[in-house]
Amino acid sequence: MIEIEKVRKSFGPLEVLKGIDLTVAKGEVLTVIGGSGSGKSTLLTCINGLEPIDSGRILVDGVEVHAKSTNLNKLRQKIGIVFQQWNAFPHLTVLENVMLAPRKVLGRSKAEAEAEAEKQLKHVGLGDKLSVYPARLSGGQQQRMAIARALAMGPSYMLFDEVTSALDPMLVGEVLDTLRLLASEGMTMICVTHEMKFAREVSDRVAFFHQGIMAEIAPPEELFGAPKTAELEKFLAATH
Amino acid sequence: MFETAMTAKDFWMLVQGAGMTLLVTAISVAIGTVVGVICGIFRFQAGPWWAIPVTFVLDVCRSVPLLIQLSLAFAFVTAVLKLRISGFSVACGVLSLYTAAYCSEIVRGALESVPPNTRRAGRSLGMTWLQDMRYIALPLASRVALPSWIGLSLGVMKDSALIYVVNVSELMKSTKDLITRLQEPLFLLLLCGVFYFVISFPVARFGSYLEKRWSND
Repeated sequence: MIEIEKVRKSFGPLEVLKGIDLTVAKGEVLTVIGGSGSGKSTLLTCINGLEPIDSGRILVDGVEVHAKSTNLNKLRQKIGIVFQQWNAFPHLTVLENVMLAPRKVLGRSKAEAEAEAEKQLKHVGLGDKLSVYPARLSGGQQQRMAIARALAMGPSYMLFDEVTSALDPMLVGEVLDTLRLLASEGMTMICVTHEMKFAREVSDRVAFFHQGIMAEIAPPEELFGAPKTAELEKFLAATH
Repeated sequence: MFETAMTAKDFWMLVQGAGMTLLVTAISVAIGTVVGVICGIFRFQAGPWWAIPVTFVLDVCRSVPLLIQLSLAFAFVTAVLKLRISGFSVACGVLSLYTAAYCSEIVRGALESVPPNTRRAGRSLGMTWLQDMRYIALPLASRVALPSWIGLSLGVMKDSALIYVVNVSELMKSTKDLITRLQEPLFLLLLCGVFYFVISFPVARFGSYLEKRWSND
C-alpha cells in the first residue's frame, strides 16, 4: 500500500504540491490526469524518493520514504518507475540493460539474471531484440525495454510518468498495450498520463490534479461522466 | 644530406632516447590518469565551490609553462629540500601532475555530458551512487573522454622533450647531443621526427579502433 499524507513540495518559490492526501491499495490501478505543471509527475518522483518533500509523509508498505533511517536503494527495488524519456543505457545491449540492476543490486547470478531479463523482454514483446543496442530501437521499443528493465527487479509497485508523451503517435499504442497487460495481471500501478481513453479503460480510480491540488478522485465512469469541479470540466473539454 | 657519419652506436643512442621518452610518458600518463580521474570525479561531484582548492592547484599546473615547472621543481627538490632525487623522478612527478591537471578537466567535462536522466534511471532501479558511477556514468563518460585523452597522451609524449632540463636523456636530448657531435642537424632532426611518429602512430590508431568499437549501434 502507498500512503501519501499531506505532502507539500516546492521548487524554489513555486509550490508544486500543496498538501496531497492519497492512498493506493495493493492491486489498484490509479491514473493521474491534469494539465502540465499540476504536480502529477513530481508526485511520482517523490514516491520513490528521487525528490525530497518539504512536509507531510509518504509510506510505502509502512516504510516512510523520506525518513533519514530509510534505505532508499533498498526501497526503490520495490518501486519501479518508467519515465517519459526512456533513458536507455546506450552502452549496453537490450538484454544487458535489463540484467544490470538485478545483477548488481540484487546480486543475481548471470544465468538467473539473463533468464529473468529474457522473460521480461519477451513479455513486453522484445524477445527478438535481445542483443541489439538501444540506438537501433524505435522510441516505443526503447520505452518497452525500460518497462522490462523496471519489471526485472520484481517490484511491487510500478509508476509510469507520461510514458507515451515523447512517442510518435504511431508507437503510443504498443506501449499502452504493455501497460494494459500489466494492469490485467494485477500489478499495482500509478500512471500519470494524457491518454484519456486509456485512463478510462484501465483505471480503478482516476485522480485529477490541478495547480498542485488533487481536485477530484473517483472511478473513471464517475470522474469522466460527471465532473464535479469547473476545472475538470474545462480540462476534459480541452482534451477531447 | 644522405651521407652521414652516424654509426650504429649513435643510432642505438637514439633508440635508447626513444625508450626513455616512452618510459617517462607511460609512467606519467598512468599516474596522471589515475589522479586525474579521481580529481575529475571529485570536482564533478563536489561542485565548483568545494572543488576550489583542487581546481586551483590543477590550474597552476596547466597554466605555468612546463619548462618553468620542471626547472623550479628540480631546483626546489634538490637545492631547497636537499633531497637526493634523480632528474628522472622529478620529470615523472611534474609530468604526472601536468597530465592529471588536463585529465581531470577531461573527466569532469565527460561526466557532465552524461544525461542526468540516464543516471536517474539507474538510481531508480535501486543502484547506489557508486554502482551508478561504475556501471553507467563512467562507461558513458569514457566514450566521450577517449579522443581527448588520446590527444593528451600524445601531447604529453611530445612535451616530454622538455625534460632535458632536468638531465634526462630522452629522445630529444639524445638527438641534440648527436647534432652537437656530428653537425648534421637536418638529417638528425628528420630521424628524430620519424622516431616520434613511429611511437605516436600506434597509439593514435589504437584510439580510433577503441572509438569504433565503443560506438554501440
